[in-house]
Amino acid sequence: MTSHSIAHSDEFRAGRELSLDHRKLGMWLFLASEVMFFGGLIGTYLHYKATLPTPEAALLDTVLVGLNTFVLITSSLMVVLGLDAIQRGHRRGLITFLGLTALLGAIFLGGQVYEFISLAGHGVTLQSSVFGSSFYTLTGFHGLHVLIGVVWALVTLVKAARGTYSAQEHAGVEAFGLYWHFVDVVWIVLFTIIYLI
Amino acid sequence: MTTATPALSPRRYFGWSTDHKVIGVQYLVTSFFFFLVGGAMAGIIRTQLLAPDSTLVSAEAYNRLSTNHGSVMLFLWILPVLAGLGNYLVPLQIGARDMAFPRLNALSFWLLVPAGLLMLASFFVGAAEAGWTAYVPLSISGPDGQTLWAVSVILLGTSSMMGSINFVATIFTMRAEGLTFWRLPLFSWSMLATSILVLTATPVLTAGLALIAMDRLVGTLFFSVPAGGDPILWQNLFWFYSHPAVYIMVLPAMGAISEIFPVFARKPVFGYRMIAISSLAISLLGLTVWAHHMFTSGMDPRLRVPYMISTMIIAVPTGVKIFSWLATIWGGKIRLDTPMLFALGFISMFLIGGITGVFLAAIPVDLHVHDTYFVVAHLHFVLFGGSVSGAYAALYYWYPKITGRRFDERLGKVHFAANFIGTNLAYLPMFLAGLLGMPRRVVNYDPRFTELNQLASLGAFLLAVSVLPLLYNMIVSWVNGPKAGDNPWKAKTLEWQVSSPPPAHNFDQPPVVTEGPYDYGEAPAGSLKPSPAAAGD
Repeated sequence: MTSHSIAHSDEFRAGRELSLDHRKLGMWLFLASEVMFFGGLIGTYLHYKATLPTPEAALLDTVLVGLNTFVLITSSLMVVLGLDAIQRGHRRGLITFLGLTALLGAIFLGGQVYEFISLAGHGVTLQSSVFGSSFYTLTGFHGLHVLIGVVWALVTLVKAARGTYSAQEHAGVEAFGLYWHFVDVVWIVLFTIIYLI
Repeated sequence: MTTATPALSPRRYFGWSTDHKVIGVQYLVTSFFFFLVGGAMAGIIRTQLLAPDSTLVSAEAYNRLSTNHGSVMLFLWILPVLAGLGNYLVPLQIGARDMAFPRLNALSFWLLVPAGLLMLASFFVGAAEAGWTAYVPLSISGPDGQTLWAVSVILLGTSSMMGSINFVATIFTMRAEGLTFWRLPLFSWSMLATSILVLTATPVLTAGLALIAMDRLVGTLFFSVPAGGDPILWQNLFWFYSHPAVYIMVLPAMGAISEIFPVFARKPVFGYRMIAISSLAISLLGLTVWAHHMFTSGMDPRLRVPYMISTMIIAVPTGVKIFSWLATIWGGKIRLDTPMLFALGFISMFLIGGITGVFLAAIPVDLHVHDTYFVVAHLHFVLFGGSVSGAYAALYYWYPKITGRRFDERLGKVHFAANFIGTNLAYLPMFLAGLLGMPRRVVNYDPRFTELNQLASLGAFLLAVSVLPLLYNMIVSWVNGPKAGDNPWKAKTLEWQVSSPPPAHNFDQPPVVTEGPYDYGEAPAGSLKPSPAAAGD
């Protein structure tokens, strides 16, 4: 992967010797802090799961959410294919795959909304119990991250259509990709913790 | 170099700017304003405590004052004043033109302003009164200002995290040619260690505050005890950040005085690498000690001993620093200018704060003095005797760099004397009161503690007065002070090799670094050019 820096004070960069792009490093640092943020929420969920009875957990629809998980993982593949396309200079490929990423992200969100509505129909809400509070908060904060990711994918798509990215300069796509994969990985952890164990 | 510099207008400090030097000064001035606000709150508290049965303020008002005194001092004074120093100095010290993300940098500062005003505005709707620790369920049931407090601290944490991303990215990617990590000035090292700690610890507090805000705003049940909510969970989330926060607030001050000792003793730093590594060690160990605040909380008692041990281990890297500083000035040609006085004051007062921290880590001692004035004394020796002394030392040391002027040395010494006496007078009696059993956070107290409290209040009033020579000196010297020259202390780090104040773009040529930052009496001075002007001895 090439990373070409266009930022100010190019001649000063120790980063070039370390082949470290400051934008990608900044993204990694942001994601590290996100890991700790979700760590706090996951710890809260697990603490209450371990110490309180949670009869509502039996209502969770593992099959539906399993399908939704598949959708999200597929969207990560689309980001990889999009990045691969622009690295080979195929702008149209990038646009197509970013569109698919946003679409799959939107489907995931739709599935999550459907899940929330049906759980609420069974009386599980933010205010119904500690389990309800921690379940909706944890999955809801993740859903918020997916929503931000969908918007980001569309912004990246528009920039791609305007010709911002090329085979040499596509750090913006990479930064979006890092974020999207992170959101995906967080979901895999959440799916395992909430639905499988 | 100065001749080529166009005059910089003072108006640049009053608006949106992406210049790290402007942002640095904006941070320093804004945080000092909040320091005065937090100090005024402390002044009311200490006036109330002059007599055991005083009725100057109600119990409710007292709780609101003490809660916001702590929050303002930590989140709006110490954190941002150190962030301001970091902003001003790190790019200059590493030979860069600016931070890696200049706009993000400006945003970090401009987030601070509304967040601070939000915290102060909470007094109009009933300010937070659950203590700066916001223990649940007290913080769930408190007045509306508690919600504003939580939102304000979330914003301040976000500002701090954005700043930290910037510092790490800047230090990793923007160092000048030849400026390897083992030539990185110790202040920049300390900002790196601090930033790593901020990025690890702050998000956990953000998550916890989000839960409190949701409990208050949308009726979730995270901390509702009847529904099964667990107050100790909040304490874990809170202290996971707020203990490391102490290191976040003291490491940059330690970095600053690590710059000052070699300059004012005219000797290389003793144990440069050990000081740098001990900063990282404090960062990492600092993440493993938080539950020592919770020995009396009802946590699993089997966990107490591991937390006691990890807490005591932190004293080792801290001791490494203190011995390295002492060895640095040992046998040096010491100049007792104001920055050096504050740096020496840091060592002596931080030592008291640090060692009582080791006492408090010991479980039986902690069970005895938990929630007494002993803890209040300990934390003020660390944060006021330590962090604030370090910040003062740094302000005086880099004042000629920032303003291009010399401050009045006599007024500086007056400030130091008043500050040093005031700090010890205010906080030493609190150790005694605490050992004798005086609880903290009380509006009235047993009459047998009267004399100790009056001594403490006297010290606090002296501290309030001590700010006057500082303010006068800083303002008047900036306008009327004699020109300082580019390198009045004859220091060797990169920031002193450009003009004072530096030009907007910092360096006319990309600097090439050929030696370490503290090679006093060893190599030719000046690390910017191979043919240096005499800048040292």
